[in-house]
Amino acid sequence: MRGITKRFGAMTANDHIDFQVEQGEIHCLLGENGAGKSTLMNVLFGLLCPEEGCVEIDGQPISALTPRLAYQLGIGMVHQHFMLVNHLTCLENIILGNEPGKVVIDRKQARARVQALSDQYHFNIDLDAPVSDLSVGMKQRVEILKTLYRGANIIILDEPTAVLTPIEAEQLLSILRDMRTQGKTIIFITHKLKETLDVADRITILRGGKSVALLSAASATPEQLARLMVGHDVVFEIEKPARAQGDVVLRVEDVRLLQNAQSTVSFEVHAGEIFGIAGVEGNGQQQLEEIIMGLTRTKGGRIFYQKTNLLELSLRARRKLRFAYIPSDRLKQALLSHVSLQENFLLGNQYDPQYVRRGLIQKKALRENTLRMMREFDVRAVSAQQSAGSLSGGNQQKFVLAREVSKQPQFVLACQPVRGLDIGAIKYVHNVLIRLRSEGAAILLISAELSDIFQLSDTIGVLYKGELMDVRKAGAFDNESISLLMAGRKEAQADETNR
Amino acid sequence: MDNLQYIFSFNIVLTTLRFAIPLTLAAVGATICERSGIINLGVEGMMLVGAFGGVLGTHLTGSPWLGVLFSIFCGGLIALLHAVLSIRYKTNQTVSGVGINILSVGLTVVLTRVVWGTDGISGSVTQLSTMSIPLLRNIPVLGALFEDQSPFLYLTLIIVFAAWFFMYRTKAGLRLRAIGDHPRAAATVGINVRVYRYVAVVVCGMLCGMAGAYLSIVQNNLFVNNMVAGRGFIALAANIFGGWNPLGSFLASLLFAFAQALRINLSLPIPDQFVQMVPYALTLLVLIGVGRKVKAPEASGELID
Amino acid sequence: MKRTAKPQLPALAERLIYSLAAVVLSLLLATIVMLIAGYDPLKAFGAMLNGAFGSANAVANTLSKSIPLMFTGFAFAVASKGGVFNIGGEGQLYLAALASAVTALALDGLPRAVVLTASILAGMAAGGAVGALIGAIKAKLRINEVIVAIMVNYIVSLFASYMVNGPLKAANSMTAQSEAISSTYLFATVIPRSQLTTALYLGIAFAVLIFFLFRSTRLGFNIRAVGENAKAAASAGISIAATTIGVMALSGMLAGLAGVTEVLGKYGRFIDGFSPGFGFTGIAVAVLGSNNPFGILLTSLLFGALEAGSMKMSYVANVSTNMVMVIQGLVILFVATPEIVSQFVRRKGGKRNG
Repeated sequence: MRGITKRFGAMTANDHIDFQVEQGEIHCLLGENGAGKSTLMNVLFGLLCPEEGCVEIDGQPISALTPRLAYQLGIGMVHQHFMLVNHLTCLENIILGNEPGKVVIDRKQARARVQALSDQYHFNIDLDAPVSDLSVGMKQRVEILKTLYRGANIIILDEPTAVLTPIEAEQLLSILRDMRTQGKTIIFITHKLKETLDVADRITILRGGKSVALLSAASATPEQLARLMVGHDVVFEIEKPARAQGDVVLRVEDVRLLQNAQSTVSFEVHAGEIFGIAGVEGNGQQQLEEIIMGLTRTKGGRIFYQKTNLLELSLRARRKLRFAYIPSDRLKQALLSHVSLQENFLLGNQYDPQYVRRGLIQKKALRENTLRMMREFDVRAVSAQQSAGSLSGGNQQKFVLAREVSKQPQFVLACQPVRGLDIGAIKYVHNVLIRLRSEGAAILLISAELSDIFQLSDTIGVLYKGELMDVRKAGAFDNESISLLMAGRKEAQADETNR
Repeated sequence: MDNLQYIFSFNIVLTTLRFAIPLTLAAVGATICERSGIINLGVEGMMLVGAFGGVLGTHLTGSPWLGVLFSIFCGGLIALLHAVLSIRYKTNQTVSGVGINILSVGLTVVLTRVVWGTDGISGSVTQLSTMSIPLLRNIPVLGALFEDQSPFLYLTLIIVFAAWFFMYRTKAGLRLRAIGDHPRAAATVGINVRVYRYVAVVVCGMLCGMAGAYLSIVQNNLFVNNMVAGRGFIALAANIFGGWNPLGSFLASLLFAFAQALRINLSLPIPDQFVQMVPYALTLLVLIGVGRKVKAPEASGELID
Repeated sequence: MKRTAKPQLPALAERLIYSLAAVVLSLLLATIVMLIAGYDPLKAFGAMLNGAFGSANAVANTLSKSIPLMFTGFAFAVASKGGVFNIGGEGQLYLAALASAVTALALDGLPRAVVLTASILAGMAAGGAVGALIGAIKAKLRINEVIVAIMVNYIVSLFASYMVNGPLKAANSMTAQSEAISSTYLFATVIPRSQLTTALYLGIAFAVLIFFLFRSTRLGFNIRAVGENAKAAASAGISIAATTIGVMALSGMLAGLAGVTEVLGKYGRFIDGFSPGFGFTGIAVAVLGSNNPFGILLTSLLFGALEAGSMKMSYVANVSTNMVMVIQGLVILFVATPEIVSQFVRRKGGKRNG
C-alpha cells in the first residue's frame, strides 16, 4: 500500500501511509486507539475507498477494491465486531456467499471442504452449532475459517485479542503461528505491546494517522515500541500533591461481577484518593460500573456510599446522591446527541432543585450554569443551543466532565475517561481528576490504559475474570508485576488443569 | 349433533384450506420480505391492490387467468414503491407500510369509480373456474381434495413448498436469511444486500397480489371496498406465529383458517367476536410467551449503506 | 450499527416549508391521478375547498372532523418523543369510547358536570390502560411495540364490538350500538345544528399542555431523553421501563380522547366500527406536524378539511370521496421520505432564484 490517505470530514485518519507486508510473515500493525490502524485495513479490504494512494498485490496495482474483489485477491479480514449471523450454523456462516453447488447448496461438499480446513489448522469447531451458542473465542475461529475457506492468503485480524481471555488469546496466537508455517500471511492489528513482541515478525507503527516506524520484532524492545506509539517517552509521574487519605466514602463488599467468577469483590475508596481499577477489558469492569450506577442488578453483596447501601436504592435515589459519573461510552451513555447542550446539562441533574423546581425546568439557571461550566472547562461550542452531537470527541468529554464536576461530587466514578481523546484532552482530563482529588473527592477510576492507572492512582486494584487479583498502593506495582496480574498469572495454572 | 358431524366431516378440511389460501400466500410473502430485514406492514394494502388488479385485469381481458397475472403485477408494483422508499430513501418502514395501506384503500376505490362509475363496488367479472384432477378425484374421502377445487389450492401448496425449499436449501435462500439477521456480514462476503431486498419485497407484493386475486376473482367475481378486511394483518400475525418460516406461516394460516371455518359453519356457544380474536390473541400470546427468544430477523428495519 | 439519515434539526420555518412541500407534492400527484382518470382537477379541488370552507357550516364540519385526528395525532407524537411507535391508537380509542359511553349511561341522572367529567376521565383511563399495557409489554418483555399494538387493536375493537352486539346493545336497534346518552351529558355544540362541539377547546387546551410538558417540565425532558437515548437516560437515573409505560399511558389517554369526543360529541352513543382509522390517520397527522402540538392542530385541520370537502367533491366533480385517502396516503409517504421532498423544495427554490 502506497501513500494511502483517507479523510473523514476534517479529520485525516490516514496520512500518506506506506505499508508493506511480505508473504508468510506475521506483521503487526501497532498503534494507539485512533491511530488509523482499522481505517488502513478497511482500505486494504475494500470497505473504504482512499482519497489518495494505491494498493498493490504481488506487484499488481489494484483499483476499485471491494470486499468481494479483496476476497478474490486472497485477502480476508476478521473484524473486531464479528461479522457472523447468529441464527445460522457455523457451516452456513463459513460458506455464506461462496456456497458450493449451482442453485441448491451442496451440503456434503461444503461440509467436507470446511471440515478439512478445520482439521488442517486444528480449529476444533462443531460445524452444526448455531453461532449464537459459541464462545467468543470459537466465534473468532469461525471468522478465521471463513477467510481460509475463501482461499485467503493474506488475513487481517483487527484487535483480535481485545475480546479474548488470556488463555483464548494464547491459543489464537498459536493458531496464527501455525498458519504462518503453512504459508499464510497475517496482518495483526493491536495496541498491546506484549503480544506484538510475542507473535510478530515485523512491526509497523502508526501514530496520528502516519506510519512512524517499520521494525523487525527480533530487535525491538517494549520501551522502544511504547515510545514510538505514544510519540514521547511515557512519563510516569505528573504533578500530584501528596494528600492524606480521608474517611471511607465508598465501600464495596462481596459483590459478584461475573457469574462464573470464583470469588466476589471487596474494596474501599477514601476521600481524597484515586482508586484505579486496572485490567484487560471484559474482566468485569463494565459490570462494576453498571452495578454501582444501578444499571445492572446484582444478587448479594453491598455497596456503601458513606452510610447508605446503594444496592437498596433506586436509580433515581442514587442520582440524588450527586455522584459524578463519567461513563465508559460517552455518546451512548452520557449525551443526547440531537439535543442542545443546555438540555444535556440537565441530564442527570433533573432532581437538582437548582434546575428543576416542582417539576418545572428553571431555564435561566440552567443556561447560566451551562455557559459558566462550559467556559470553565473550555468546551468549544458556538452556543448552549448547539446539539451535543456536533461537538468533537474531546469537547464532548470536557462537557461531560463540566456537567459532572458541577455537582461538586463527593464520589466520582470515571470509566475509561480518556478513551479516544488526543494527548491534550487526556492531560486535561487527568488534571481535572487530580483537582477533584485535592478537593477531597473519592475517585474510582476504571481504565484499560495502564498509563492512566499509573499516573493517577493512589491505590491500584487489578481485575481479572471478575476477581480483584490484588490491591496495593500505587508504588508497589511496576509494569511487570501488574502485567502478570492482568494476565491472571495467579490463576493460570489452575485454569490449565481445569481444561 | 350437527356441530359434531361437521367437525368430523371432511368438509371442514376443505373449508379450512379455502380460508387458508389467501392467508398463506400473504404470510409466505411476508416471511420472505421480513427475512430480508424489511418490515412490511403494507401487506394489507398490497392484497387490496391485488384484489382490485385481479378484477380490473379480468374486466379488461375477459380472462380471469390474465386477471391473476395482472393482480400479481399490481401487487409487485405497489411493493416496489415500499422497496424504493425503504431501501433507496431509507423511509421509516413502519410509516411507509401505514401509508401504503391508506393509499391502497383510497386508490382502489377511486379507480373502481373511474372504471365502473360506482363507489366501492365493481361490476362483476368472470370468476376463475374450479378444476378437477382425473383419477385422483376418485380416491375415497381424499378425492374431494381433487374434485372441483380452485387451482389456487394447488398453486398455494406448491408456493409454500417452493418457498421453504428456496429458503433452506438454496444458496440465495441462505443469503436471504443472512441478510435479515446481519446485513453487514452479508455485504462483507460480497452479497449484494440491496438487490436481495428489492427482490424480496417485490416477491412479497406479488404473493400478496395473488392472495388479493383469490378474494376478488376466485371466491367472488367482483371488487368491494376494503374487501381484504384485515386479512393482511392476520397474515402478518401468521408469519410471526409461524416463526418467520414458510412452513410455519402455512401451518399458522391453517390454524387461523380453522378458527374461521368453525365460526362460519358452526353455531358456536361463544360470541363470534371472540372467535375472530383467535389469530390476534394467539399471536400476542406467542410473542409474550416466547418473548425475546422469538426468532425474528435480528436486523429488522436496519439499513446499510 | 443503526444509522438513520437524520437531517440537521431544522428550524421551525424550515419544517413548515418542508411539510407544506409534502402536501403540495401529494396534491400534485393526486391531480395527475385525476387527469389520467379523466376528471377535472380544478373543479374537484374547487368543490373540495368549497365543501370545507365555503360556509359557516362547512367550516364547522371541517373543524369537527379534525377533532379526533388532533387527538390521535397528539397521541402518536407524545409516544414518538418517548421513542415508542404507537400504532395502537385505534384500539385505545375504541376502548375509551366504550368506557365513556358506559360511564355516561350508568351515571344517568346525576348533574351534567359530574357525568361529563366522569365519562371523559373513564375514557382516558381506558385508553391509557390499553396504552400502558402495550408500553409494559415493550418495556418489560422487550417485544416490538408495533406488532403488539396491531394485535391489541384488533382484540380491543372486537371486544368493543362484542359488547354492543351483545350485553350493551340498544333495545330495538338494528345496528350494533349502545343506548343513546342523554343529550344533556354531551359536549355543547359551538355552532347550532352542526357537529362542531366544545371538544375543540379540549383539543386546543391539550395542545398547549403538551407544548408546555415538553418545553418546561422534567417529565417532558425525561420522556425525550428516553426517546433520544435510552441508555444515557438510564445512566442519568431515569427509569426506562417506567417512562415507556408512562408515556404510552399518556399516549393512550390522548388517543382515548379521540374516542370520547366522538361518542360525547358526535354520536351520543357508542356505535360499532365508528372509527374509519383515526388511529392510523393520526400517525400521518403527527408526522406531518413534525410531532409539534401546534403543528398537529394545523395538520389535523388540513386532514379535517379534506374529509369535509370530499363529499362535495364527490357529487360536483364525480370523484370518489376516497380520493382523500389517496392524498393522505401520499402525504404520509412523502413526509416520511425527507430526501424526495427536499429535492423538490430545492428545485423549486432554484427556479425562483434563477
